[in-house]
Amino acid sequence: MSIAEELARLEEIVRKLEADDLDLDAALALFEEGVARLRTARERLSAAELKVQSVLEEAGGEIRLADLDV
Amino acid sequence: MTDALARAVAMPAPTDEVCSVRDLVTAVKRLVEGEFMPVWVRGEILQCKAWSSGHWYFTLRDAESQVRCCMWRMHAARAGTPPADGTEVFVLGKPGLYEQKGEFQFIVSRLVPTAAIGQQQQELERIKAVLQRDGLFDLARKRPLPEFASTIAVVTSPDGAALRDIVTVTRRRWPCARLIVVGARVQGDGAAEELAHALRLVNQLSDVDLCIVGRGGGGREDLAAFNAEAVCRALADVRVPTISAVGHEIDISLTDLVADLRAPTPSAAAEHAVPDLVDVMRQIDDVAARLAGCLGGRTRLIAERLARTADRLHGSMETVLERRRNQVQRIGAQLDALSPLQILGRGYVVALGPDGRTLRRRADFAPGAPFRLRLADGDVGARVEDR
Repeated sequence: MSIAEELARLEEIVRKLEADDLDLDAALALFEEGVARLRTARERLSAAELKVQSVLEEAGGEIRLADLDV
Repeated sequence: MTDALARAVAMPAPTDEVCSVRDLVTAVKRLVEGEFMPVWVRGEILQCKAWSSGHWYFTLRDAESQVRCCMWRMHAARAGTPPADGTEVFVLGKPGLYEQKGEFQFIVSRLVPTAAIGQQQQELERIKAVLQRDGLFDLARKRPLPEFASTIAVVTSPDGAALRDIVTVTRRRWPCARLIVVGARVQGDGAAEELAHALRLVNQLSDVDLCIVGRGGGGREDLAAFNAEAVCRALADVRVPTISAVGHEIDISLTDLVADLRAPTPSAAAEHAVPDLVDVMRQIDDVAARLAGCLGGRTRLIAERLARTADRLHGSMETVLERRRNQVQRIGAQLDALSPLQILGRGYVVALGPDGRTLRRRADFAPGAPFRLRLADGDVGARVEDR
């Protein structure tokens, strides 16, 4: 799941919980999912390191990616 | 003669502070060369000579003045063939002083015939018109940029300043991104073809969210590739949102008009392309706070559930009591059935003394004594007559 999707899902969870029309089991499940996703999102963002690649074209017209040190 | 001698005698005598010619020329050189930024000058070429070293020397003149010019090999090589006498040109350069001869000269880094500018301008207008006709500049075509781009294709020179700037800004703001560099020359012969090809390659990459095409600052003629029709059309065909970042503040290139967003510099393009990690972390903190708020809500939910459970418990108690009540009634009925009084219903009669005790034996009945007979429907007074 991309960071964007992760954040969108978190937003959705909080909105649902705030809307307050859930039964307790559903609310608890959402709450737990929200806590787990928050942790994942924070970890992903703080551990991230920019990846730079470059496109190489093979003779046959195939393309390939190679890491680039910039 | 005597006058001249008198003047010479009146002049202050040379001292130890006399400077050399070299010192003088160096001082003037420093003054002249330190004073000027590069400047465009319009004039007419006279006697342009290309030396075997590759350097060009010529005179630039107009109706009133003229200046000696030189153009070093590295710049002359980009200017094509030496212009003929009388060619009107724009030259970009800085004044300099040739120390060995003490001569002022203009050091030219670019030379463009004014006629070529006119032709370029006409060609630019033609391309602009056809692209406009085909709707490539339509605002309705503009797509919004993704909020959190994770993979960005960068079409530029792999060793240019533009790429370095984009990498630096992206690394600082949004290090979870991935940049895919699709290299192309951005100026000179063949640059337009390479840029167009690179833009077509972008469509072959998977998972790309955004495409930046650009270069660092350059002169107007260096931006030609970004005005090429093929490049503009290839840019319009890129399947993801695009940013054009041609680092030239004054001129707008045609790719700027075709792209979904125009950024003034490659750095600015990167700023637009990705969010700032600090902002996103803040957003996550906000979500966390709201979620914690929902925890408060959760305890309220628990309270509600307990209340409902209590209701149910209460309900089930009622049932128990009801069952007990029924049981009691049933037992009562059984007790009733067992009651000796029930026998009265079947025609038996009980004799009771004045104290209410049952008279069971013959001896319990004294002659003439009153007693009561209990029947099913009530009592009857009686007296012992004979024993």
